[in-house]
Amino acid sequence: MILPRNSGDFAKQHPTLTLSGRWTKWGVLALLAVFALPGSAFADGLDSGDTAWMLTSTALVLFMTIPGLALFYGGLVRVKNVLSVLMQCFAITGIITLVWVMWGYSMAFDTTGMIAGERNFSSFVGGLGKLFLRGVDSGSMTGTIPETVFITFQMTFAIITPALIVGAFAERMKFSAMALFSILWSTIVYAPVCHMAWGGDGSLFGDLWGSLDFAGGTVVHINAGVAALVACLVIGKRKGYPERPIPPHSLTLTVVGASMLWVGWFGFNAGSAVAADGAAGMAMLVTQVATATAAVAWMLVEWMKHGKPSVLGIVTGAVAGLVAITPASGSVGPMGAIAVGAASGVICFWGATSLKKRLGYDDSLDAFGVHGIGGIVGALLTGVFVAKGLGGQGLGDGVSIGQQLWSQTKAVVFTIVYCGVVSFILLKIVDAIVGLRVDEETEEQGLDVTLHNEQGYYLER
Amino acid sequence: MKLLKCVVRPNSLDKVKEALSALGVMGMTVSEVKGFGRQKGHKEVYRGAEYNIDFTPKIEIEVVVGDEIADKVIDAVKEAAGTGNIGDGKIFVLSVDQVLRIRTGETGDAAI
Repeated sequence: MILPRNSGDFAKQHPTLTLSGRWTKWGVLALLAVFALPGSAFADGLDSGDTAWMLTSTALVLFMTIPGLALFYGGLVRVKNVLSVLMQCFAITGIITLVWVMWGYSMAFDTTGMIAGERNFSSFVGGLGKLFLRGVDSGSMTGTIPETVFITFQMTFAIITPALIVGAFAERMKFSAMALFSILWSTIVYAPVCHMAWGGDGSLFGDLWGSLDFAGGTVVHINAGVAALVACLVIGKRKGYPERPIPPHSLTLTVVGASMLWVGWFGFNAGSAVAADGAAGMAMLVTQVATATAAVAWMLVEWMKHGKPSVLGIVTGAVAGLVAITPASGSVGPMGAIAVGAASGVICFWGATSLKKRLGYDDSLDAFGVHGIGGIVGALLTGVFVAKGLGGQGLGDGVSIGQQLWSQTKAVVFTIVYCGVVSFILLKIVDAIVGLRVDEETEEQGLDVTLHNEQGYYLER
Repeated sequence: MKLLKCVVRPNSLDKVKEALSALGVMGMTVSEVKGFGRQKGHKEVYRGAEYNIDFTPKIEIEVVVGDEIADKVIDAVKEAAGTGNIGDGKIFVLSVDQVLRIRTGETGDAAI
């Protein structure tokens, strides 16, 4: 995320012209005449190119969750649970949209009380000045784009993050528990971590520690991955796991979903430039390179270890690469992206196969193995491959690779500890209120029929 | 009358059907089934988790024929479904007491 400093003040300094009464028609015509120049705009400082790209990026990132992630996950579960996973992703999209406009955006991006270089309470969480989007209208600006576009763009990130966690507790969590947990987690974990990384001057990770997180390594992936690990440990294994085979019911859906994620991710990473500029272009290129490298890397490792290159393997590798390049996409160059992609492909393969088997937890769809591990790999390697000598955009003045790596490590560890502890507490609270897990018979019958009164496929004639 | 339950490889179905039609067999019932005999199942791997799938997909053809052509039909199925490898399948031969065509009430050979 690149935001102009004090972007919150920008709109205040440039109030939109207000027009009323019969002057309106003439006023608009006059304005059009004045601004009918290349790069014209209706509000001060608005760049139509940037705005067009951010409108597009927002749609791309929403497309990642519905239907991308929903299909990716939906294909991986058994026939009896396919709808429950699609439903969870779709319901999160609806619920988090409301959370975001009511209080989430304010807690993440209200800059009240923040002072550059100074640590205070506002370094950790945004203020309440923008509750219910108070003061936002069509003329409000964030940098060179309307604030409305920025709010919606960031909303799509807030949506996909809890949706990623679904992968860990799939096939056994109560729908009500999932909804309640998502609301609480978005509020108490996502919004503050988002603020710490992207809040601007005075934010803990971004400003005070100088940690680099272009598009959400800590905010989205480590956050979701760690919450996923905690969730699958708290809720327990699926019945029969790992003795009974639980193969994916439709890898076809999974491949379709993974492909949508790949395409949508250009909005995620290149959109995080919040501009249609060189940074966005480089983010797009390194995203493609890292993803392709990780897909091939996972395929090769699996081919060597299990004898066959698998479809699930190559698409999972691609997602691992997308995750790892996310924090790095504003910092590394194309050759650095190859390194990030290769490392994430190999290390996430180890995470989703060996590590999971050794520790015995049932992270059903590998939300931690891919997003948690991939996010950590990406966040740390960002601190290395940002260096000019390694093809990156260059370290800050007087900052060494070691120092940047330490900045990255602090943000990663803080996110892991904060998210881990708070997620655990929230899960226990939800368990006490509505109960986390469905009963054994419901799990055996599948969540589609028992929780939603529907079936994914009605094949009888 | 005999009921032949022929469990064959899925890709043998067309050849068996053609062979039976050539012998004048007028109808059959086909089901997709799973099972195992001497042919072992296969291995599937999803993100490093290996599953041994013991049951192999097969096609079961049920056909009822008159006693006089039963041996010829059995030979034809054996010929059409055989590849010489493990997994070609089996034919079970059962005696049938009675056959009745529901529409006309015909019974016996006339109803086959």
